[in-house]
Amino acid sequence: MSFPILDVVVLLPLGAALAIALLPRQAPMALPKWLGLGSGVVELGFVLWTVVAFKTGNNHAGFQFTSREPWFGPLGISWYLGVDGISLFLVAVTALLFPIAMATRPSPEGALPRSYLGWMLVLESACMASFLSLDAFLFFIAFEVTLVPGYFVILGGLGERRAYAATKFFLYTFAGSAFLFVGILATYLLVAARLPAGSPASFDIITLARGAMHLPLADQELLLVAFGVAFAVKMPLVPFHTWMPDAYTQAPTGGSMVLSGILFKLGAYGILRWGIFLFPRAAVDLAPLALTLGAVGVVWGSVVAAMQRDLKRLVAYGTVAGVGFIVVGLFGFTVQGITGGVVEMVNHGLSIGGLFLLVGMVWERRRTHELDQLGGLQTVAPVLGWVFMAVLLSAVGLPGLNGFIGELLVLLGTFITHRWWAVVATSGALLGAIYLLWAYQRVFHGPAKAVNAGIRDMTWGERAAIAPLLAGIVFIGVYPQPLLSRIQPAVDHLVAHIEYADPSLKIPSSGQGHGTFAVPANQVVDVPAGTTSSAAAGRGGRP
Amino acid sequence: MTPAAVNAAYAVVALPLAGFVANLVLGRRLGEPKAGWVGTLAATGAFAAALVAWVGALGQPSASRSFDLKVFTWFPVAGLHVNVGLLVDPLSLTMALFVTGVSAAIHLYSIGYMHRDPGFDRFFVYLNLFLFSMAVLVMADNFLFSFLGWEGVGFCSYGLIGFWFQREVAAVAAKKAFVTNRAGDMGFLLAMFLLFAHFGSLNYSAVLGGLVGGHPTGLLAGAPGAVPGTTATAITLLLFLGAVGKSAQLPLYMWLPDAMEGPTPISALIHAATMVTAGVYLMARVAPLLHYAHATAWVVACVGVSTAFLAATIACAQDDIKKALAYSTISQLGYMFLAVGVGDYTDGVFHMLTHAFFKALLFLGAGAVIHALADRQDMKQMGGLARYLPVTAVTFGAAWLAISGIPPFAGFWSKDAILASAWEMNKVLWAIGALTAALTAYYMSRQFALVFTGRARWAEARPTPGGALAGAGAAFAEGEAGAGHAASGPGLPPPPHLEARPRDPSWVMAAPLVVLAIASVLGGGINFPAWHLDFLSRFLHPLFPATGAVASTATKWALSVVTTILSLGGLAFGLATWRTAEHPVLEPSFLRRAWYIDDTVSAAVSGPVQALADGLAYVMDRRLVDGFVNGVAGLLATSGRALRRVQNGYVRSYAFGLSVGVIALLAYVAFRVGS
Repeated sequence: MSFPILDVVVLLPLGAALAIALLPRQAPMALPKWLGLGSGVVELGFVLWTVVAFKTGNNHAGFQFTSREPWFGPLGISWYLGVDGISLFLVAVTALLFPIAMATRPSPEGALPRSYLGWMLVLESACMASFLSLDAFLFFIAFEVTLVPGYFVILGGLGERRAYAATKFFLYTFAGSAFLFVGILATYLLVAARLPAGSPASFDIITLARGAMHLPLADQELLLVAFGVAFAVKMPLVPFHTWMPDAYTQAPTGGSMVLSGILFKLGAYGILRWGIFLFPRAAVDLAPLALTLGAVGVVWGSVVAAMQRDLKRLVAYGTVAGVGFIVVGLFGFTVQGITGGVVEMVNHGLSIGGLFLLVGMVWERRRTHELDQLGGLQTVAPVLGWVFMAVLLSAVGLPGLNGFIGELLVLLGTFITHRWWAVVATSGALLGAIYLLWAYQRVFHGPAKAVNAGIRDMTWGERAAIAPLLAGIVFIGVYPQPLLSRIQPAVDHLVAHIEYADPSLKIPSSGQGHGTFAVPANQVVDVPAGTTSSAAAGRGGRP
Repeated sequence: MTPAAVNAAYAVVALPLAGFVANLVLGRRLGEPKAGWVGTLAATGAFAAALVAWVGALGQPSASRSFDLKVFTWFPVAGLHVNVGLLVDPLSLTMALFVTGVSAAIHLYSIGYMHRDPGFDRFFVYLNLFLFSMAVLVMADNFLFSFLGWEGVGFCSYGLIGFWFQREVAAVAAKKAFVTNRAGDMGFLLAMFLLFAHFGSLNYSAVLGGLVGGHPTGLLAGAPGAVPGTTATAITLLLFLGAVGKSAQLPLYMWLPDAMEGPTPISALIHAATMVTAGVYLMARVAPLLHYAHATAWVVACVGVSTAFLAATIACAQDDIKKALAYSTISQLGYMFLAVGVGDYTDGVFHMLTHAFFKALLFLGAGAVIHALADRQDMKQMGGLARYLPVTAVTFGAAWLAISGIPPFAGFWSKDAILASAWEMNKVLWAIGALTAALTAYYMSRQFALVFTGRARWAEARPTPGGALAGAGAAFAEGEAGAGHAASGPGLPPPPHLEARPRDPSWVMAAPLVVLAIASVLGGGINFPAWHLDFLSRFLHPLFPATGAVASTATKWALSVVTTILSLGGLAFGLATWRTAEHPVLEPSFLRRAWYIDDTVSAAVSGPVQALADGLAYVMDRRLVDGFVNGVAGLLATSGRALRRVQNGYVRSYAFGLSVGVIALLAYVAFRVGS
């Protein structure tokens, strides 16, 4: 048996958290810090190894590095992990962001508190388990577990309303999860009832996907809505987003980074893996609703962001717009759109995570996020200004940086099948520039106010913290092929699955159909869903 | 094409990129002037490389001068295959030659102009990044890679307009430029989506057809069935929206006058000679498609000629030397779009070239004047400078005659050719264009007279902040603070009195003036309309679909005479009138305030638009949506308490309520399964 690398990826941070919790009280102050950061870096090493060893090509569209242990046999629950192109880079960005987030101090004085490190590690474990789980029950557990450390991380911030924010975060997402719980159980039971005699019921994703697509359409739609509500709250999609600005604003810097960079991706990832994949026909039927919420989210989030007077809140609302883009991409159902959605999830971890990190640096220097208290920082902290500008341009979607790759694929892909939603979402390119550049102007341009005159530029430690994010931003923007070649087979497979579930639908993978849905005959795929990966062979791209 | 020429084509893009990286990493350490020389070297190298590539292409038969050089695959996703690759053909070579050439001259000039500026190295970082982006824009082999350059130049423009970001005006102007451009870019993006949806490709050769093996293919070969007229119209209209933003045409022109907040070399390079012509380039590039979109062609021509006229009227009443030139640029860009709209692509490109020469020269000359007068920009406080700045005056004079359309200077030939083509399409287009030509000669003469002739008003004038005269120009009087004067750092007001007699600039600044002056005088020679000297037309000819009617020689002569008389009239009137500085009748306030268009837009944005957005943010988002959520939560909490089941805490009452709900739902599902 090969090395169970995914089990290690899931359990390592949990082990480190336990070790920190069990450290004797009189242990040196620095020990938990090095234990936490060290395990984060080792974890990153394992994940990078996974990315490198991940097989690409159309024959490797399925899950890799799978690991399966029966867990609660009679009910068909198992510890089942695996990674494919869709989850691979979400895992990678998780492993990248957590060590950086852990290194940022939640309060400016003193060492890193143990509890903070511990909860962050638990959170990392839970996120990894959510991305890697191929068992619906395991996924639900991991998805729920994120709430507890999330709650305590927000509570560890310095904001005045942090208790309100943390409670609201907990309750709101928990309410959403109730729907998810019902949805999962219902799917399990409904599928089990239709299984041929003798085959055991199971929570594993392949069994569920095979069965769920044959359920009556009305049932599928109800189930998708149940899943959708949970994930929409988590993402958060307009109009389920109002817990988010408070939570992100009140949390400490590292908390905001992982909340926005990783945790909300659970929602977007969930809707793709557990929503669209399980109920493709319902997803196609409900696409106009999802697309509308996404497109409205782009406009809504950007406009509200522009009007904020608090820098951190502004970035938080930017997240709403970003989520809108992702949803628009996923529900376009084209290979480009879904690939773009996945790339956007990764991008968002880098650029929004990076923005929160930088906002934290501004806060450490000035102890405020109020835009009218800031100003002229570029004069006194030029390096901070340059780096902020680079990350901001990534969020704006400047070609050559990562944001553009995702944005373009999303819009171009969805334009082929759902033209007018893509047109509305395209306005995000303008609106994003408005709120971000306006914010930049108010923070960095103008004469340096007297209170801002004395602040110091980025320290070497801070530069080291942001450097990996910047490297990712530029690399993905210039040479996205390593990402796309790993993501696309899985997406091809998913699109083939959607087409199989709904034979009346033919999704063009390029625009050669003169703007319609017509597809050359050799691209029509007809394979059993879920397991075969040859489905993608016909759609690998135009010769 | 020879390997040397291929490598040279790569170098046109690679050298500025290398210069950018070098200055980004080492600029601070290199300091002044080395960082400037690194930048200039990169630009000059790119120009030399463009020359080599051009010579290489000339070695080929005229119909097969088109080469696609792939570097690597950028976007490989299913049906979408976009390369990072270069297209070397007559159009891209023409653009690359003039962009790198003008750019090299302005890099050199900037070493002198930015002397002692604390941001010296940052300036050249931006300048080389700009040149790289511009080279990508014109040499890319597909729409998407061009868009990278397109956005790149937009960003550099943002950074350079706001170069002196300590001043609020500059920061605001920079943001305005970027945002306005982005509005246009939405059009570009949507056009690409539509292109992909229709053609399944974003490559120029796949969409537009090309010259493969010496024969035109696709649309270029004249296969109108390849694209329905409505699709062609939609795509080209959306691309034109992008062009309108980038090239400052109606209605997205407002950012360009404000962009004069940037250092003067930037105004010359980016906001006159190169970047703003990118829109014209784009429309010329898609000429084979535009050929099948008659509605778009009409829109382009009408927008072009209206912009030309409107901007010219505004230019007649500006006091700020750079603002007058900015409106003049908008007006001249209008001529280029007029050319594109009437199907005379070659002369659009021709005017783009001659305009680049004389307008860059005008700006650089203005920079020399501003420098000599210690950062004064109000023309009403200038005068009589010809005696003090002879080199500047003579070179500026050449550009003045060129833009005024006086034969045999460069501008005459290109403008005349455009007007002749316009006459063939529609007489009204011609009439407005000809009237604009007279206005152009008038406002340029006004500028020349105010600056170089008459009394030396700068010797007597005192800056009157807030005074009636300085009113509009007050913000701009400070515009050049920090450029080259040790005493005035960025943001400081200019010294009240001149410390020394104004004099001509040093050789690094004078040399580009002279080079550009020669080009402004002789530039018409690249496309002389007789004796088979129309080099540019013959070079570009294979790339453009054949235009319809061409004016007969007799008509051309007649039209030439008419426009020349008009231009001379404007010239004489302007010169005669503006020997003195005060003629309120000729400067009504609606012209000084630019027809109140900018004011109206600003009022709308800061009034109703912002109020709406505020309403969305604070009423809709916070009160309505969040209020609803909190209301539901409160209701649940109250009912939880009322039930008196769980009393110890907020969280638990929810958990309880939810579990009840879950059980109920599960029961329902179990019932369904069971039945």
